Amino acid sequence: MLANGPSFRVLPRLDDENRFFWTSGADGVLRILRCNNCGFYIHPPGPICPRCLSRDVAPQRVSGRGRVETFTINYQQWIPGSEPYVIAWVSIDEQPSVRLSANLIDVEREEVAVGMEVEVTFEHVEDVYLPLFRATTDGSAR
Amino acid sequence: MSAHTEEALERRAIISGIGQSAIGRRLGRSDMDLTIEGSLAAIADAGLSRDDIDGLSTYPGMGAGTAGFAGPSTPEVQDALGLSLNWLDGGGEGAGQMRAVIAASLAVAAGLARHVLVYRTVTEGSAQGAGGRSGIGGSGGGGGMPRMGGFLQWSLPYGAVSAANWIAMVGQRRMHEFGLTREQLGQIALNGRRNAALNPKAVYRDPMSMDDYLAARMITTPLCLYDCDAPCDGSTVVVVSHRDVADDLDHPAVQINAVGTALRGRPSWDQFDDMTTMAARDAAASMWERTELKPTDVDTAQLYDGFSVLTMVWLEALGFCGRGESGPFVEGGGAIARDGVVPLNTAGGQLSGGRLHGFGLIHEACVQLRGEGGERQVFRTGGRAPEVAAVANGGGPIAGTMLLTRGVR
Repeated sequence: MLANGPSFRVLPRLDDENRFFWTSGADGVLRILRCNNCGFYIHPPGPICPRCLSRDVAPQRVSGRGRVETFTINYQQWIPGSEPYVIAWVSIDEQPSVRLSANLIDVEREEVAVGMEVEVTFEHVEDVYLPLFRATTDGSAR
Repeated sequence: MSAHTEEALERRAIISGIGQSAIGRRLGRSDMDLTIEGSLAAIADAGLSRDDIDGLSTYPGMGAGTAGFAGPSTPEVQDALGLSLNWLDGGGEGAGQMRAVIAASLAVAAGLARHVLVYRTVTEGSAQGAGGRSGIGGSGGGGGMPRMGGFLQWSLPYGAVSAANWIAMVGQRRMHEFGLTREQLGQIALNGRRNAALNPKAVYRDPMSMDDYLAARMITTPLCLYDCDAPCDGSTVVVVSHRDVADDLDHPAVQINAVGTALRGRPSWDQFDDMTTMAARDAAASMWERTELKPTDVDTAQLYDGFSVLTMVWLEALGFCGRGESGPFVEGGGAIARDGVVPLNTAGGQLSGGRLHGFGLIHEACVQLRGEGGERQVFRTGGRAPEVAAVANGGGPIAGTMLLTRGVR
């Protein structure tokens, strides 16, 4: 089994733009900023929709389901004491152009693959809920 | 050529002189000391004196990045060399490290300066000392860990600390889409090492076999130690001048035929639309839009190899092989050898030559076009020296490319 992440997590500095994202997991739900005018999901969050330039944007609940687009298993001791862990770019089902960088957890080396279907979980550290992903547990239609 | 432009104005500029300081893993000399050494060499090579220099440009300068990364700022170098300037420029935003050369060429074309000294100085070898390679935005050290804002907030919490991690993502995606193998990546490292053996300034010159490569420790899959360039100390300097001085030189002028500066996709490591190419795709496309030359006209390619997979990306982006075909293209190493279809990274690149951060590749393109490569000089069919060189800098969402020619066309 690979580690679920580095031995130490550098945490994001919360501000008015990113706070909703990094605290969204408090109720177990992932939220991505979305344009109320054209429906485009905007990540990283910003004050304006880059597609239609509307400023009517707000956090929107998403399913938390996604797909591993690519990954790497890190061995280098950038952060001392870390065991090998997976970093993946996960595209969200609602809009695959949105990718979240995140660790895959509870995963064997042989399981990790491009195309792997995953679902969100959260790690609560201080005031932050870091989205992480693990293999989708149920077989329901996507 | 763009329908809106009569002439690519960068063609009014030539690289009239090149210079390099001593280069080594850890020289224990200041970045200013190295910059002065490289600068004076480049000015002399151009047949100029200090008083002729009226422009100054660097990448990135002014304390950017981790220790040893930025090099001295333009005000510091201007003052140290006693320059009287009509134009100056520095910064880390733009078309890769070569943005400083591109800016200089446009300044010359616009008549803002006649002779621009352009430098890139690194002391990352000394700065990192006995420790390992630092990550971009790595640990703050001492005391409590600061929190992270900006684009790094999206990757650092997950231990995606270094460009190595982000570029590894491209490598893994290429394995999935194109069947890229570690052995194919290894050809970039082996090619660099073979050429470095003929470059007295290269930091790693001992022979390396595929077995050596495959046995190296893993950094972040699929990149092993030898897929990552070697931090070093050194300064590389070029003089960018107006082409009307080309005939005054005692060596062939190197003309800037076309530059590629586009970033048409999202400026992001993880959100770029194509995970197999990233910004190299756009920079290369925009360069070919500005010239009548074709990939088959290129006699040597000096393509960024901060990580081996980036060189594969550039080989495809610049059209030396088809999309996804760089793996088979480099197999066996023949196509990229000095006597191959595309003689590649002929001074050893950054993997074996040292991480001179883009400028070492520009320097080597000039050396080859001028026929001054000595033991490593490329000769094309019929025994002629190269006439057209492609240079590429950067990876991920940072990319710039140039086509250089021997003599003014």
